[in-house]
Amino acid sequence: MVMLLNKNQELSLKERFLHLNFVFIGIIVVLAFIGCATLYSVAGGSFSPWALNQGVRFGVGLIILFAVALIPPEFYYKVATPFYVVTLMMLIFVDVAGHIGMGAQRWINLGFFNLQPSELMKIAIVLELAKYFSNVPLETTRTIKGIIIPAVLVAVPVAFIMLQPDLGTSLMILFCAVFLFYIAGVQWWKFVLAGGAIVAAMPILWHFLHGYQKDRILTFLDPERDPLRAGYHIIQAKIALGSGGIWGKGFLSGTQSHLNFLPEPHTDFIFTTFSEEFGMLGGVVILFLNLILISYGYWFAFRIHNSNYFGKMVILGLNTNYFLYVFINIAMVTGLLPVVGIPLPLISYGGTVILSVMTSFGIMLSFYANRDRELKK
Amino acid sequence: MKKSNHKLRILLKRSLIVFSVNILLFFALIGRLYYLQIYQGEKYALLSDSNRTSRRLVSPPRGIITDRNGVELAVNNQNFQAMLIPEQSRHIDGQLSSLQAILHLSDDEVAHIKKDISHHRRFVPVKIKDNLSWDEIAYLMLNNSQYPGLIIDEGLIRTYPYKEYTAHPLGYVGAVSEADLQKDEDPLLQVPGFKIGKSGFEKTYDNILRGRAGAVTYEVNAYGRIMREIEKTDGVRGQDLDLTIDIRLQKKAYEAFGNESGAAVVLDVNTGEILAFVSVPSFDPNLFVDGISVKNWNSLINDEKTPMTDKAIAGQYSPGSTFKIVVALAALEAGVITTNTTSFCSGKMKLGNHYFHCWKHSGHGHLNVIEAIKNSCDIFFYETALKLGIEKIAEMSHRLGLGEIYDIGLENQKAGVIPDKKWKQTALKQPWQQGETVIAGIGQGYVLVTPLQLVTMLSRVVNGGYEITPTFIKKDKPPEAKKLKLKKENLEIVKQGMFEVVNGVGGTAARAKLKLKDVKMGGKTGTTQVRRISLKERAQGIRRDEDLPWKYRNHAWFMAYAPHDNPKYAVAVIVEHGRSGSGVAAPIASKILEEAIKLDIR
Repeated sequence: MVMLLNKNQELSLKERFLHLNFVFIGIIVVLAFIGCATLYSVAGGSFSPWALNQGVRFGVGLIILFAVALIPPEFYYKVATPFYVVTLMMLIFVDVAGHIGMGAQRWINLGFFNLQPSELMKIAIVLELAKYFSNVPLETTRTIKGIIIPAVLVAVPVAFIMLQPDLGTSLMILFCAVFLFYIAGVQWWKFVLAGGAIVAAMPILWHFLHGYQKDRILTFLDPERDPLRAGYHIIQAKIALGSGGIWGKGFLSGTQSHLNFLPEPHTDFIFTTFSEEFGMLGGVVILFLNLILISYGYWFAFRIHNSNYFGKMVILGLNTNYFLYVFINIAMVTGLLPVVGIPLPLISYGGTVILSVMTSFGIMLSFYANRDRELKK
Repeated sequence: MKKSNHKLRILLKRSLIVFSVNILLFFALIGRLYYLQIYQGEKYALLSDSNRTSRRLVSPPRGIITDRNGVELAVNNQNFQAMLIPEQSRHIDGQLSSLQAILHLSDDEVAHIKKDISHHRRFVPVKIKDNLSWDEIAYLMLNNSQYPGLIIDEGLIRTYPYKEYTAHPLGYVGAVSEADLQKDEDPLLQVPGFKIGKSGFEKTYDNILRGRAGAVTYEVNAYGRIMREIEKTDGVRGQDLDLTIDIRLQKKAYEAFGNESGAAVVLDVNTGEILAFVSVPSFDPNLFVDGISVKNWNSLINDEKTPMTDKAIAGQYSPGSTFKIVVALAALEAGVITTNTTSFCSGKMKLGNHYFHCWKHSGHGHLNVIEAIKNSCDIFFYETALKLGIEKIAEMSHRLGLGEIYDIGLENQKAGVIPDKKWKQTALKQPWQQGETVIAGIGQGYVLVTPLQLVTMLSRVVNGGYEITPTFIKKDKPPEAKKLKLKKENLEIVKQGMFEVVNGVGGTAARAKLKLKDVKMGGKTGTTQVRRISLKERAQGIRRDEDLPWKYRNHAWFMAYAPHDNPKYAVAVIVEHGRSGSGVAAPIASKILEEAIKLDIR
C-alpha cells in the first residue's frame, strides 16, 4: 500500500513485470493448450499440420504479450491516433489493391506473415475512441455534435471492412464501438433511435449484401433450407455438439470431425470439435475460463487508477472485443447466430487472431501493471 | 473534478450493466449446450451414428440341392472377379485396354466399365470381369504390379454341375427384377448382385433355399469411404433341399433319348418318389445365372424341340393305347367284362354309318382282355368302351390319377383332359357323341395326359391299388398311401396283359424285353396321331407317317414297370414325333428300367 502514496512515480521494468496478473496469463495459456490439444486431435492424433504450428505461434504471441504489457501505458495514448491513421490507410490500400486487379484480399503480405488490417483496426478503434472520449467532457458526449467525430471514426473503417467483404469483423467493430459510446455516456434513446433507423433501412441494406451473406442469414433462419449446401455446416456442427452428450466421445474419438462430416473442424468450428470429444463438461470449462478472463478484464478496468479514464476505456473496449469473439463464435457454432466467420480466439487455428488478442491482452496488462499511478499525458 | 467524477461513475455503472449482460449471455450459451448436448443429446447421437455408419447386407450362402444320395445338384461355387479401384489406378484407360486384350472383353463391356467408373466415387471398386479362369487369375496375380488398383474378389456363384440333366426340375436363379422387388420385401433382394430362384425348385423353394441376410456395419467418412468394420452379424445359411431323384438314373434317362425329343418320369411305385424326371432336349441353366445372352436365348426359344418346356408336366399328349389299361380296369371293376369276355376283331367295327378301324387291318380274331392288351386290339376296346360309357372311363381315370395336378413344387403343370359329358358341355358347349366314347376307349380324341400323370396311373395299377402321389422331396418316411379299393384280381389281369405285351410271343413290345436275367418287366405301348395324313398328301405319295415332316409325325408312348413279380419302378416315356411306341419309346423305357434295377435304388 506504500505505492498508493507514490501515484505519480513511474515503475521500473522489474516492478512492472511483477505487477502483471499471472493468473490471467495462466488462463490464457490453459486456453491455448486446449486449442493445441484439439488441433492435435483433429489431425488424427498428430502435431502436424496444426498443433505444433499453433504452439509456436502462441509462443510468439506470449512474447508479444509480455513485450506489449511491459511498455508503459503512456505509449498507447501517444500512438492512438497515428496507429489509427496508419491502420485505416492499410485498410484502404487492401481494398483498393483488391479492386485494381490484385484479387480480393484481406491482408497485406509481409513475407513472414499476412497482416490483416481489419484485425489491427479492432485495437486501433478502441484506442482512438478511448482517447477521444477521455478528452471530451460528458456534456459534449451527450450532444449530437459531440458524437459526430467518433461516429465518423467508426463508420469509415467499418465501411471499408464491409466492402472487403467481411461482415463478421465489421459487425464486431460496430458492436465494440456501440459499447464504448454507451459507457462513455451517450444516452439510451440515441441507441434506440439508431437501432430503429437500421431496422428501417434493412430492406435497403439487404440489397448491398453479397449473395453468400444473404445465404448465410437465410440459412441461419432455416438451416434445413438447403441441408446439402449452406445448411450442412450448421446441421453437422449441431450433430457434433449434440452427440458429445455430457462427457463427450473422448479425446481423439470425435467421429464427426475425424470423418470429415464437420466442416472447418480446426478453425471456426473448433468448439464443436472440442465439445464432441469432451461433451458439455468440456464446453462449460471453456466457457468458464473465458468468463474468468473477461471478469478479470472488468476487474482491471475497475482496479486501475480512477484518474486513468483512457486506460479504463481501452481495457473495457479490448475486453469487449474478446467477449464478442468468444460469444459470437460459440453462438454461431451452436446455431444461435448466423455463420459469420468469427474464430474462437486462442483455440481456433490461425495466426492473426492470436497476435491480435495477445496484443490486446498485453495492452490491458500494461494498464493493469501501472494500476496505481496516473497516466501522464 | 465533480464533472469528471460523474463521467467516471457513468462509465463504471454502465460497465457493470454490460458485464452482467455478458454473464447472462455466457449462461445462455451454457443453456444452449445443455439443450443440444443433454436435452437433444440422444437425437444427435443417433444422427451422428447414422452419419458415420453404413450397414451393408451380406447375402448368405444359398441352400444346396442334392439328389437322394446326397450328390450335389445345385451348389455355390467360388467365383473370382476382377475389380478395379479407380483411385489406385494411375492410368485407367491404358489399363483397361490392356485388360481388354487379356480378359477378352468386348468394346461394349469396356464402355460399360468406363460408365461404371464415372458413376461412382473413385474409391468404389468396379467390376471388370466375372468368373475368371485359373489362367486369368494366375496372369493377373503375376503381373499385378502392372495393374495398380486391380483386385481379385472372391464370391459365390450358383452352379449346376449336371447342367441340362437337371435343368427342368431344378430351374435356375437369376438377377432380381423390379417385379420381384414388388412382391417380396426381404431386404436381401436389394443387395447388389443377389440372385433369386427364377424357375423350377429354385423358384418354388426360394424362401427355404435363400436363408437370411447377415449385415456388416462399417464406419464411413463424409465421402462414404469405409474406414473400418464395426459390427458383423452372420446371416443364416439357406436350408438344403434333398430330392428324391437319383442323378445316375436321371443322367441315364436323359441320355437314353439320344437326339429325340420327349420326356420320361420314373416313380417308385410304392412311395410315389420321383426317381428320374427328364424332359429332352434341355438347356444349360448355368447360362441363366448371370443373364443369358440374346443369341443363346433365341436359339433356345426357336428350337422346334422346345428345350425350355418341361414336357414331363407341361406336355399334354393323347395317351393312345396306354389308356387301354384304364379302360380295361374300369370295365373289369364295373363288371362289364371278365377274362371270359371276348370280342371278335375283324379289323373294323361299324357304329351308325361310320367304320372304326383296328390298327391291324386284317383283324385279331377272337380275344379276351389280356390278349387285347397284349395285341393292343382297338376293336376290343371300342366295344368295351361302348359297354362301359364315358362316365365310368372318366371316373376310373381320375381314381388312377389322370387329369390331376400334383403338388410337386413345379409350376406350369398341365392338368390334361379327361373328357366326360359335363366336360364337353362346359368346354365345347356340345353334347357328347357316342363315337367319342369309342375313340376315348383307345385313348384318342379329347383325352390328354402328361407323362407324370401316366406314370402315376401305372404306379397305382401295379402297386396293388395304392393311391400314391408323386413327390420330389425326400422324406425319412413316405406318407402312407390310401387304398383305392380296386379288386386285386382285376389289377392282376391288367398286369398280366402288360406282362404279355413285353414277354408274350408276338406282344407289341416284345423287342423291348429287359436284358436282365431274372427281372421281367411289363408295359404298354401307345402311339398318338398328331395329324392325319391328308388326301392331298396321299395324292403326293405320302402314305406312311415317316414320310411326313418331323413335326407332323405321331408321338410314341411307352409305359413300363419292373420287376413284374414285385413292382418297384414305373416309367412313362413319350417320344415326340417318335412314330412308334414299340420301336422308339419302348427301348428307351427298358434302358431306364434296366439302369434302375442295376442301381437298386433305396
